[in-house]
Amino acid sequence: MSDYNFAYLDEQTKRMIRRAILKGLAVPGYQVPFASREMPMPYGWGTGGVQVSAATLTPEDTLKVIDQGADDTTNAVSIRKFFERTAGVATTEETTKASVIQTRHRIPEAELTEDQILVYQVPIPEPLRFLEPRETETRKMHSLEEYGLMHVKLYEDISQHGDIATSYAYPVKVEDRYVMDPSPIPKFDNPKLEMAAIQLFGAGREQRIYAVPPYTKVVSLDFEDYPFEATKADHPCDLCGSEHSYLDEVILDDAGNRMFVCSDTDYCRTRRAEGHVGRLGESEGEAA
Amino acid sequence: MGAQMKEQDMTPLLQVNGLTKMYGPRIGCKDVNFDLYPGEVMGIVGESGSGKSTLLNAMAGHHAPDRGEVVFDTRTDGPVDTLTMSEPERRMLGRTDWAFVHQHARDGLRMSVSAGGNIGERLMAVGGRHYGEIREQAADWLGRVEISDTRIDDRPSAFSGGMQQRLQIARNLVTGPRLVFMDEPTGGLDVSVQARLLDLLRSLVREMGLSAIIVTHDLAVVRLLADRLMVMKDGYVVESGLTDQVLDDPQHAYTQLLVSSVLQV
Amino acid sequence: MIELENVSKSFTLHNQGSAVIPVMEQVNLRVNAGECVGLVGASGAGKSTLMRLIYGNYLAASGRVMVGDLDVAQAEPRQIIALRRETLGYVSQFLRVVPRVAALDVVAEPLLAVGTDQVKARDKAASLLAELNIPERLWSLSPTTFSGGEQQRVNIARGFAYDYPALLLDEPTASLDAKNRATVLRLVEGAKARGTAIIGIFHDEAARDQVCDSFVDVSAFSPRVAA
Repeated sequence: MSDYNFAYLDEQTKRMIRRAILKGLAVPGYQVPFASREMPMPYGWGTGGVQVSAATLTPEDTLKVIDQGADDTTNAVSIRKFFERTAGVATTEETTKASVIQTRHRIPEAELTEDQILVYQVPIPEPLRFLEPRETETRKMHSLEEYGLMHVKLYEDISQHGDIATSYAYPVKVEDRYVMDPSPIPKFDNPKLEMAAIQLFGAGREQRIYAVPPYTKVVSLDFEDYPFEATKADHPCDLCGSEHSYLDEVILDDAGNRMFVCSDTDYCRTRRAEGHVGRLGESEGEAA
Repeated sequence: MGAQMKEQDMTPLLQVNGLTKMYGPRIGCKDVNFDLYPGEVMGIVGESGSGKSTLLNAMAGHHAPDRGEVVFDTRTDGPVDTLTMSEPERRMLGRTDWAFVHQHARDGLRMSVSAGGNIGERLMAVGGRHYGEIREQAADWLGRVEISDTRIDDRPSAFSGGMQQRLQIARNLVTGPRLVFMDEPTGGLDVSVQARLLDLLRSLVREMGLSAIIVTHDLAVVRLLADRLMVMKDGYVVESGLTDQVLDDPQHAYTQLLVSSVLQV
Repeated sequence: MIELENVSKSFTLHNQGSAVIPVMEQVNLRVNAGECVGLVGASGAGKSTLMRLIYGNYLAASGRVMVGDLDVAQAEPRQIIALRRETLGYVSQFLRVVPRVAALDVVAEPLLAVGTDQVKARDKAASLLAELNIPERLWSLSPTTFSGGEQQRVNIARGFAYDYPALLLDEPTASLDAKNRATVLRLVEGAKARGTAIIGIFHDEAARDQVCDSFVDVSAFSPRVAA
């Protein structure tokens, strides 16, 4: 344990963030401004998610941190260590055992429960930003539900690529009201946004928090003749053989050999422990 | 001009009453009154600083006037003062029954969005969710403003000034507005390009039965496009009437000066 | 059909010491349906001014300018526009057209304005242009490129495309060859036979005598100058 206050932030700051979180939960999809603090890590490394997690954690919580689905990447490891040291909470790599999961760019494959909170790191919370740079104007568009512009972006996609090429940070409409950026998760994860767990989104540099309460209606935007599709690589996992998980492509050598593996490392490990074997997997039964 | 219209029992499309906009102690425009009927095209002329653009922007809701009414005959509720309308209603009007053509096309276009996307935006804003239909309409409108539909996926930055202006017009007219505000639509274009644009505007106005209010300092533009004319000076309307009559038999000293200052070609 | 009562007209030149120039007084004139009245008088006596008063280009200082049941001197712009569209035609001496519009469309325009369908309007325009000997290869070109005589004939065709109940003709036969002149006079007589009330200015005396039922000397309307 360190000399820091529990979970690094002082109580007043956490209280301020919790108010923003509660407001966000009360108005699903609405971006609540908050006084984002300087954190001991650079912007872009999850400062928003870390502040939301800090305000959410209690000493009894078990924390899991993933980056692109993996528990063992630099970003995930350093944030996990950060909370081990400043909050002294238990940590885990197992999705089912975690009560708070901070994530960058993925939703875990395992179905989350009502006892869990999923905290997203968000780089750019404003889905309209790339077409309308004026914050005053985008706020007005949200408040007046003027979302035609969002479809202009999808139109541009189809006209340039033949289909909706947006494959991550795919915009959604929450509870028939606010259009929301689900953070850069692959669009494969979009259907999972309707879930039992609480979802909180934190953007540190942009100073915004938003939320999706459990069982909230979340619809991916699309055209009638170009419906939304949750796509993934058309391949089973080479390690665990899963046909239904989101895959990362890994280049193996300079001869064009590559493999596809689950991006959710815990999911893959759990399956292999259960005896599932993929094309290149060895049945080693490695458990976490 | 709309084809057949009953002249008598007709509600004005737009009624402007006592419209006044001050910039501190300075007059932007003062006590402007007029009725615009469906299918009418009205020109507002005057020199720079005469208040014509101030008036146009006040009518279009771009800035709030200090006094007066701008009553529009809405499709659903009949005549409503747009200045006391709620903002969502006014903005909805701005995307459906109203259109605004800016002098500089880049103020009215999204320069980072393709021509098709620019035209389609208003359709999507009012609920268009069928890509194929949106694209078809965009292609159709490109044709109507004489831009090849092979340019549908090009960005406006790759277009000439005249093409940009025509694209802006297509983008504005695609939802079939009933009232179009135009601020110097031919300003800054070459004379030959202007002529083409004027001809295009004239035929669109007639085909669609549009009403329009055109601000310009170019008397040739109003001679060709406008049924009626308002002459402004120092924020006041000094003369108004039938375009031919105001230009051929101007009554006010300023109008006489304006008309006599035009070079004959 | 057309009736002027006690009409006067003056111009006030604000930029030249507010000089008031009276040009006409006590104009009384009546044209019935099917009648053609010729305006005569020396050049500058105000024949064209009178026509412009009737067409609404000039604002009468006083009096009534009735065309049908509309007083042009008091009418709203939109009423005058409707009058010009449906009731009152005007063949001026000069053709004023938008660049780029084909001659055929220039002629068909008055018909389209009253809702005639495209095909019919263009058929009528084509037959008029043919009648007035405009070569067919020119029909799709803008009249701005035509010779003076051709422009005038296009202007006449446009004036006769739609059967207006009232018509103002300002020198329709000037500078036309005999053949075209005869065509124009035939058009005028056809209009009269349909009941059109016509006021015309014809310098050509033979033409004038052929189509006009009566004459009005506009010199009579010149303001009395104290001698």
